[in-house]
Formats: sequence, structure tokens, C-alpha cells
Amino acid sequence: MTHLVSIENVDMRYGGASGTLAVADLTFKVDKGEFAAVVGPSGCGKSTLMRLVTGLHIPQAGNVIVAGQHVTEPVSIVGMAFQNPSMLPWRTTLDNILLPLEIVERHRKRLRAHKAEYVEKAEHLLEVVGLKDFGSKYPWQLSGGMQQRANLCRALIHEPQLLMLDEPFGALDAFTREELWCVIRDLHAAQDVTIVLVTHDLREAVFLADKILVMSARPGRVLREHRVPFARPRDLEITYDKAFNDVVHELHGEIASARRAA
Amino acid sequence: MSAVIEDIQKPEPARPLIARIDWVKASPWLYTVALFAIWEAAVRIFDLPYTVLPAPSRIFAALYQYWSPIWKNSLQTLYTTTLGFLMAVVGGLALGLFIGWSKVIYAGLYPLMIGFNAVPKVAVVPILVIWFGIGAVPAMLTAFLISFFPIVVNVATGLATIEPETEDVLRALGAKKLDIMLKVGIPRSMPYFFGSLKVAITLAFVGSVVSETVASNYGLGNLMSSAQSQFNVPLVFAGLLALAVEGIVMYSIMAWVEKRMTGWAHRSTMSH
Ligand SMILES: Nc1ncnc2c1ncn2[C@@H]1O[C@H](COP(=O)(O)OP(=O)(O)OP(=O)(O)O)[C@@H](O)[C@H]1O
Ligand SMILES: [Mg+2]
Repeated sequence: MTHLVSIENVDMRYGGASGTLAVADLTFKVDKGEFAAVVGPSGCGKSTLMRLVTGLHIPQAGNVIVAGQHVTEPVSIVGMAFQNPSMLPWRTTLDNILLPLEIVERHRKRLRAHKAEYVEKAEHLLEVVGLKDFGSKYPWQLSGGMQQRANLCRALIHEPQLLMLDEPFGALDAFTREELWCVIRDLHAAQDVTIVLVTHDLREAVFLADKILVMSARPGRVLREHRVPFARPRDLEITYDKAFNDVVHELHGEIASARRAA
Repeated sequence: MSAVIEDIQKPEPARPLIARIDWVKASPWLYTVALFAIWEAAVRIFDLPYTVLPAPSRIFAALYQYWSPIWKNSLQTLYTTTLGFLMAVVGGLALGLFIGWSKVIYAGLYPLMIGFNAVPKVAVVPILVIWFGIGAVPAMLTAFLISFFPIVVNVATGLATIEPETEDVLRALGAKKLDIMLKVGIPRSMPYFFGSLKVAITLAFVGSVVSETVASNYGLGNLMSSAQSQFNVPLVFAGLLALAVEGIVMYSIMAWVEKRMTGWAHRSTMSH
């Protein structure tokens, strides 16, 4: 059992029998510790895929198996981060990051007694993403990029085995984005975490992932799976290599033709 | 945290008096004085009889002359209004939370609420009188009935409009409905709730005065209606003035409470 996530022939339709078929016959696997990126035309069902894996939606057909178990309800071994950081404005950044611990069964019982330990952990995460000393600030006192960093901390605080990122850097400028790529890269290297990243940025996908899933237009299914050949640890410099750009170019061509096929 | 927001006040050199006045702070008073001045002038110029429109000087004279009954009845009105309003706060908060809890309840009860709100509350007063007799109780209940709707609607809306991303993040962690309500729904509906208090308190005054006017022996409503039957128009206006003052004071208190309780909401919207 090396697959952490296994999706087999999954169909997912929104809004009843006559509703939108978002994904059809979707099949893919993600190994434990692997970094997978999902790319595809807009509206092809990438966010739907995230919701299926986390158990927020239950498919009408097919199997979703996470950590060896059929997913029939939300699985709390995941952490999620979306493009919209969705920090709660009445909580400080630190308290926002601690929020998952107040929810996840395993932690909520311990939280009160071991508060100091958890706060220390949160502060360590803040330091890792470059937000040292910002824990006491409110989210609206942080810039968009800083909020997104805090959002990552919140997704990681309960030590998820699986980290699901849905276009987390979509709204950021190029420099901040590259900085956060490196944060994610280092997190993945340092911890035993499996990551699924949905993105529109093909350079991001190639820089970060071990494996890239290219999806068709709606109803989405996996058209092709790419192995990214570059050795780790990767330096930002490789994004200027010819080999790197060739992969990006190839992906670009595939998505363009997937869009045309729709 | 507040240090970041407060503007930096530089020490100012001495300036002439006219430049040292904070015009924004002073303007409500100036406008009020101006209103009374224009009013006074208009009554004198057009020589209006005081039974039609008494001049402010006349009204203040009545206020002075009838100070004791006005004071007593003002307190009575304030008392019934505040009690009705407090009931509306408790009831409105509870019902709002209940309605906002689920989409089904929201969809089912919303039309009923609209229908209830469309009923003119003055038409309900006779029923309340049949049930509870003449006096403070119908006034209080009318204040309650009229002020409770905005509170319910605001609280329910705050709950029903949680961002789907926030809900997804929490549900993926295994959060139950109650968790989401406690951690997100209720805190986030608080600005709506405190915002609605300003509307609700003014409506509560409308409710209690209407009821006092038709069915009570106490309160400003009753004072005005009996003054009117004696053609004591300056006293009617003095009653209105007392009512306006009470309304402004209570409104300011609610605005202050709102600011105290949900400062984050003002600041977080400012930054967007
Ligand atoms: N809650 C919903 N109810 C009904 N239809 C939905 C819902 N969510 C998504 N859909 C539909 O399912 C399809 C896939 O949506 P999804 O959000 O998964 O796309 P996506 O690949 O994430 O798009 P994007 O790249 O623009 O974020 C879309 O056609 C959308 O209209
Ligand atoms: Mg999406």
C-alpha cells in the first residue's frame, strides 16, 4: 500500500441527475511523499478533484481511497489552502493558524492542556514561511502575500499527511510567488508530507512537482501523466534551463489542445 | 495593534480660534442650532399661529412649563422602549441563530418573517390590549414586535453568508455544523447584529409611542395625544423634542456599543 491517494473511475455531477458533469472517469494515484501537480483548462474540474479527495464531495460513481480507506466523509488527515486565504478577521494570525487544532478530534482534546506547545509550533511555522513576529497581528494588517503564507501555516499546523493546495499563489506577484515556491519546496523536503497542488502556472507545476497530471476540458479526466525528471533539491535557476522550458512548453501545448477539443 | 492605525498627531503651533475648531465635530451642533434658528425666523416672518406651528422659543417655554410631566413620561417611554428592545435583542438573536442555522429553515421561515413584518404594528395594538389590557405591557410588546425583525434578519444573514472556502477548510478537518457555527458563523454575524441594534432601537421608539398614543395612560405618546386633544400644540412639540433627544441618545449608545464590540469589522473592510 504505497498509494496515499487513489481515485478510480470517478464521476461527479453537481446538482442532481441533470446537473453539470464536472469530472468523468477520473483516475489517478498519488504515492506517499509524492508531490503531484494538477493542471488543465479552466473549469475542467480541478477544484472538484480537491473536494473529492478531501471527502467534501462524495462521487456518484467510482472509488476514492485515501490512506487505504474509502472516503465517505471528510478525512481529517488533510490540510487545505485555497487562493482566497479566508483568514478570520476577528482572530489574530496566530489564533487563525491554531484554528484547525480546535477542530481536529485528535488535537482538540489536548489543546487546552498543551497550549504552549502548540503555540510554539505555530510560531515555528510562521518563522519558516517568513512571518516571524507577525503572529499577534490581525489578518487585515497583513498584505495579500503575507496572508497567503499564514494560510499555508494554517494548512500545516495539524501535521497533515496530505496537503491540498488549490491555486494558492494565484493572486500573488511573481517575486512573492517564487519565494513561496521555495517555502513549499523546503517544507516538502523537510517533512514527510504528500502534496497535491492545483495550479494554472505551468512553471510552478514543473518547478515543484514530481508528477504532473494534465486534465481534459470538462468533464475532466486525466489526459496524461508527466514525470518531472529534474533532480532535487531544485534551485530557482533551473526555471531558466532549456530542459525546464521544454517541459513547460510541452504542457502548454497539451492544455491548448485540450481546450480546443472542448 | 491600535498604534498602527492611529494617525500621527504632530504638535500644532498656536493658530487663530477659527482654525482650531474641529468643524466635523462641531457641525451636528451647528446644524441643529441653524435648524432651530430658521424655524424660529420662519414662524415669525410668516406669522404662523402657534396652534399650527409653534416657534422653538414657544416649545422650549412649554418644555420648561411642563417639565415635570414631560420628564416623568419620558422616563416611562424610555423604560417601555428599552424593555421591549431588550426582549427584541434576546429574541431576535435567538431566532436569527435558529433561522441562519440551515438553508432549509432559512428558506422556510423567511417568507413568514417578511409577512409578519409587513403587518402594520399599529393594527396589532388592539389585539395586545385585549390580551394584556391598557398600559405599559402593550407598549413594550409593540416595541418588541417592531424592533425584532431587523435583528433577526441581520443575524440570520450573517450566518447564512459564510464564505464557502472557510467552510470547506473546516469541514475537511472534520468540523461539525456546530463547530462551524461557533467558530465562524456566530463571530461573523456579530457585526451584522450590532449594526442592526441602531435600526432596532429607533424602531422600538416608534412602536412604544404608537402604542402609548392609542392605548395607554402613561408615556410620551399619551402625553402628546392628550395635549393634542386640548389644542396644546406647543406641548405636543415639546413631547416630540423629548422623544427626539431620547432617540438620539439611545442611537449613540448603540453606535458606541457596535464600535466597541466589532471594531475589527470596520478595520477589515477598510483594508479591502
Ligand atoms: N457547487 C457547484 N455547483 C454546480 N456546479 C459546479 C459547482 N462547482 C463547480 N461546478 C461546475 O463544475 C465544473 C468544474 O468546476 P471546478 O471548480 O472543479 O473547475 P476548476 O477546474 O477548479 O476551474 P478553475 O480552474 O477555473 O478554478 C465547472 O463547470 C463548474 O461550473
Ligand atoms: Mg478551481
